[in-house]
Amino acid sequence: MRGARPAAPGADVAVIEGRAGARVAKAAAVLAALVALALPAVAGVLPEERADVLFHSYDGGGVTIQGPSLLVRKQFADKFSASANYYVDRVSSASIDVVSTASPYTEERTQYSVGFDYLHDSWLLNLGFTSSEENDYTADTFSVGVSQDFFGDLTTLSLGYSVGSDEVRRRGDSEFSADVDRRQYRLGLSQILTRSLLLGLSFETITDEGFLNNPYRSVRFIDDENPRGYSWESEVYPRTRTSDAAAIRLRYYLPYRAALHAEYRTYTDTWDIRADTFELGYTHPIDGGWVIEAKVRGYSQTAASFYRDLFPRSRFQNFMARDKELSTFDSTTFRLGASYDVLRGGWRFVERGTVNIAYDHILFDYADFRDVTRGGAPGDEPFYSFDADVVQLYLSFWF
Amino acid sequence: MSTLRTTRLRAAGLACIAALPLFAGCAVEPWVKPYERDRLADPIMSWDRDPVSSAYMHHVYEAREGARGATGSAGGGCGCN
Amino acid sequence: MLKKMLGMAAGLLLASAVGAGEISGPAPNFSLPSRSGEQVSLEDLKGQVVMINFWATWCGPCRKEMPHLEALHQRYANLGFTLLGVNVDEDTSGVEEFLKETPVSFEVLFDPENEVSELYDVVAMPSTVMVDREGNLRYMHHGYQSGYENEYQAQIRALLRE
Repeated sequence: MRGARPAAPGADVAVIEGRAGARVAKAAAVLAALVALALPAVAGVLPEERADVLFHSYDGGGVTIQGPSLLVRKQFADKFSASANYYVDRVSSASIDVVSTASPYTEERTQYSVGFDYLHDSWLLNLGFTSSEENDYTADTFSVGVSQDFFGDLTTLSLGYSVGSDEVRRRGDSEFSADVDRRQYRLGLSQILTRSLLLGLSFETITDEGFLNNPYRSVRFIDDENPRGYSWESEVYPRTRTSDAAAIRLRYYLPYRAALHAEYRTYTDTWDIRADTFELGYTHPIDGGWVIEAKVRGYSQTAASFYRDLFPRSRFQNFMARDKELSTFDSTTFRLGASYDVLRGGWRFVERGTVNIAYDHILFDYADFRDVTRGGAPGDEPFYSFDADVVQLYLSFWF
Repeated sequence: MSTLRTTRLRAAGLACIAALPLFAGCAVEPWVKPYERDRLADPIMSWDRDPVSSAYMHHVYEAREGARGATGSAGGGCGCN
Repeated sequence: MLKKMLGMAAGLLLASAVGAGEISGPAPNFSLPSRSGEQVSLEDLKGQVVMINFWATWCGPCRKEMPHLEALHQRYANLGFTLLGVNVDEDTSGVEEFLKETPVSFEVLFDPENEVSELYDVVAMPSTVMVDREGNLRYMHHGYQSGYENEYQAQIRALLRE
């Protein structure tokens, strides 16, 4: 497959816009950091010391993924805190993409993260590094963030910047290697509105540059010479992608001791994907150390401009994708969680502990991605949909 | 809206928000006193009670959905110190 | 533009309030119920060095500070020093449970209506105010970080020597 040609003017503007956005955001970050240094000495608080052991399991659409996630965070001298996380995904995949074009596979992805916080008077600085490794993909991300409380500690402003560098490889082709360069810019504002109401706003711009598609995935086109009526060829993606997301969150304390939260996020990117996310959740403590949580999440997106389930002919346009992740679809999640206080009164250096379980049921419904494993004339197969069950079992300790 | 105009608007917006701290010196009386933050200090009012669990769920969604970003919040809490 | 910003930033730095410092003026009188049930009034403690500490069970730094306050009280109580722990919890039922795990021998007073907190203009949790033998405000501390107890000790000794 020849490398993607620089295509429509849209792609170049996306790069320019991405760079201009980068300069702007960089300037804002430096400015805010400088101003933050000058503020009155009302101190903040370091993130709490804790340790978590989590086991996760995902089962849906022919894919099962399991693994652990461990976190430890410790404070030092009231000024520093350090954290480390170890996360593994053991994947067993016979997904719709895999069974349509290849054969089931298993693989493992391991991720290490370290974080470091520094508290100085009223501002909190955070540095983090994450490295993720699987047999055909390596991703390294370095991030820095600063947050500041002001207006009587009712307002918190936070800024974040991440740089990521990925290497994409291909199983069975040791010659293949491509890079992805990622930048993320985050701005967050948290405001206490009343004794019982919190408001959060967050904005995030992400720019990706490089080999952004999947080296195994294909698009299909109508091919009368093929008995099936269609053939496959490699997908071709633009080399850049810039996205903007904005979210608003509210958290409300109900007088009988419970919490309600609502969230809305809007998303748009240079691939023309538009998405909306709604979330509504309820947290209810019960006497005896129990906390029950219920949540509903609705997500809907419209397809990327270069996405199609079936192209009319080979090499129909410069960029072609058939990744269902870029299609028009909805996903709905129902979640139920329970937490139980153990070790009440502490045990040695452990102050508090909880045992937790969470179950999420996610329904995916595609509007322009067809299930080719079910029969039908090309372009007439039923639309794809699947359900997934996600279970998490975890222990948390505070010390 | 043209992309250049979007960039300029974005720059203006970011500059306004980044300039907010400059007004911290102005006398804005906090309408929720530090000793009235008991409800906000309750763990159930935390933006992210289970960071390991929420990080995992964000990964589940990001790997399957086109949207990404704007998933976290900071602040709130007891406001101590 | 950036230079202007830096100039303003420098100005703010110089004008910034501090987390601890000297204060002056007569300490406002108040009367609050204590754990034992009796009313405790600040006026009655004239002649003693009084340290008023505003705390709450839901405040992490407050809980960390408690053992240090207890140590100070035990050390100087016989020398004319009194420590008053003014609890600002809206719901006082959790206070006894907390004090069972972290017992203290100094007076714990209840201010659930936050009248005294307002009177003393509490701007951070915890807050500590030092009152001298003549009933005047002398020192104030906002927040708690490791090491503050040494400052408290130095100030108590200075006030006791007066």
